[in-house]
Amino acid sequence: MTTPTPPSSQEALAPQGSPAESEPRVIIKRKHPLRTLAATLIVIFAALFIIDASQRPAYDWSTVGLYIFDRRVVQAAVNTLQLTIYSMVIAVILGLILAVMRQSPNPILRSVSWFYLWLFRGTPVYVQLVFWGLLAVIYQTVDIGIPFMQPWVSFETTLAFNAFTLAVIGLAMNEAAYMAEIMRSGLMSVDHGQEEAAVALGMTWFQSMRRIVIPQAMRVVIPPTGNEVISMLKTTSLVIAVPYSFDLYSRTRDISSEIFNPIPLLLVASIWYLAFTSVLMVGQHFLEKKYSRGAGKK
Amino acid sequence: MTLTTENPVPMVVAQGVTKSFGTNHVLKGVNLEVQRGQVLCLIGPSGSGKSTFLRCINRLETSDAGILTVDGSPVGYKEKGGKFYELHPKVIAAKRREIGMVFQRFNLFPHKTALENVIEAPVLLKKIPKAQAIAQAKELLTRVGLAERFDYYPSQLSGGQQQRVAVARALAMEPELMLFDEPTSALDPELVGEVLEVMQDLARSGMTMIVVTHEMAFAREVADTLVFMDGGVVVETGNPREMLSNPQHERTKEFLSKVL
Repeated sequence: MTTPTPPSSQEALAPQGSPAESEPRVIIKRKHPLRTLAATLIVIFAALFIIDASQRPAYDWSTVGLYIFDRRVVQAAVNTLQLTIYSMVIAVILGLILAVMRQSPNPILRSVSWFYLWLFRGTPVYVQLVFWGLLAVIYQTVDIGIPFMQPWVSFETTLAFNAFTLAVIGLAMNEAAYMAEIMRSGLMSVDHGQEEAAVALGMTWFQSMRRIVIPQAMRVVIPPTGNEVISMLKTTSLVIAVPYSFDLYSRTRDISSEIFNPIPLLLVASIWYLAFTSVLMVGQHFLEKKYSRGAGKK
Repeated sequence: MTLTTENPVPMVVAQGVTKSFGTNHVLKGVNLEVQRGQVLCLIGPSGSGKSTFLRCINRLETSDAGILTVDGSPVGYKEKGGKFYELHPKVIAAKRREIGMVFQRFNLFPHKTALENVIEAPVLLKKIPKAQAIAQAKELLTRVGLAERFDYYPSQLSGGQQQRVAVARALAMEPELMLFDEPTSALDPELVGEVLEVMQDLARSGMTMIVVTHEMAFAREVADTLVFMDGGVVVETGNPREMLSNPQHERTKEFLSKVL
C-alpha cells in the first residue's frame, strides 16, 4: 500500500515551465544554394537527354516497338527466365549442401567442399560453359553399371544432354560455389545457442536445422541471394558459349543481324532484362518481410 | 538388476565422470547422485566444471570416462556384455525429450512468438494435435505468469519474461528432470526474483531439478541438497542450510566467504 502523495509535493516535483507554456521558437532554416544549383542542373541534363533520346534516329523506337513483343523475343525471354530459375534453384540447394559439408566433422567432406569452391569460383564462368559444351567430346558415352565391367545402360552424351540442359548445369555449378559462401555466412550468423536449445528439446540435428537454424539464416541469406538471382539473369547472356542461342541476348543479336539494325534490339533485350529484374526485386521485398518475423521490436 | 517400487533407481548417477577439452581437464571424476523429486543446487567458482557436468547429463557434451546414468540407463550408450555401444543420434534425441533444459542466455527462438516457442517441440516431436498443444501451452504460460504475452516475440519481452517462457517451453515436453544452467545470471537484478519464484513453484510440484546457480538464498530456501564443486570434482555435499552456515571443507569456506 502506498500513501497518496499530497498535490503540493507533486507540483514541487514537476519540471519548471512545461512545454505548452514555453514560447515557440522562430527558426530560420539555412539555405543551400549549391545543392539547389546542382539539382537543377541534373534535372535539366536529364530532361535534355530524354528528349534527345526520344527523337534520335539511331535508337529507332519504332523498331523497338515492333520487336518488343515479337514471338521469337517473347520465347527467348521465357527461355532466359527458365535458365535463371532452374540454375538458381539447383545452385541454392547445392550451395546449402556445400555449406553444411564445410562445417562437417568429416575432413573428407570439408575438403571436397573447399576444393569445389576453389575450382568453380577460381575459373571464369564463360570458360566453364565452353567446357560443358565440350562434354560430349570429352565423355562420348554415359555408362551406368559397375565400374570396369560391361555397363548395364549406355547412351551417347549428346543425346542425354541438350544445349539447354548443359547451360543450366554450367550456370548452376558455377553459382553453387558462390551460394555456398552465402549460405555459410547465413548459418554462422545464427547463434549456436539456437541449435543447442532445439537439440535439448529433443530435436535431431536435421530437425533443428530445418525448423530453427535455417529459417533464421534466411534473414541474412536473402539480400545477397537476391543479388545473385539478378546477376544470374544477366549471366545467362553468356550461354552462347555452350553454345545455346535461344536466350534473350543471343536471339535479339540474331534478329538484329537479320535486319542490319543492332541498336533497337539491344534496347529490346535491355527492357526485358529490366522488367524481370524489377519483378525479382519486388519478390525479394516480400520474402524479406516474411523472414523478418520477430526481428527488432515492433 | 530388477527395478522395484520400494527401491527406485536414482534419476541421475555419476561415478568418476571426467571430461577434457584438449589439455584442459574440466571434470576430474565427478561423483553425484540425484533422487527423484530432489532439488539439487550446484555451486562453485567459474571454471569449476558445474555447467559442463550439467551439459553432460543431456549429452550436449560427451563425458570421456566414468559412469553417468539417467533413469538407470547410461547417457548416450547402450550397455551390453560390459561394453558400451554408442546410440543412434535419433535415440539420443528421443532420450533428451525426458530432460528439460533452461539456459543462461534463454535461447528462445526469436522468429517465433512465446506461444509458438512453447508448442514447437510438442507438435513436432510428440505429434500432439496443434489445438491441444496450444491449450497446453497457454496453461503453461499462465502458470509462469505470462497470460498476457502469448503473441509477443522474444525481442518484445524482458529478460525475466523470456526466461519464464524458456521454462514453459521446457515443461511443455513434460520432462522428468529439469536442468537449469545459471538461469538468472544474465538477468537484471530486479528481474531475478520472478524467475526464481517460477522455479520455486516447480520445485514444490515435485519436479526433479538440478540447478547451477549463484543465488545462495534460493539454494537455502528451495534446494534439498547443496553441492559445492571446485577444480572438476565435488568437494562437499550437504543440507543447504547447514552447509551455508557451517561449511566443513576449507575450499567451501573460502568460496562462501567471498559470495555470501
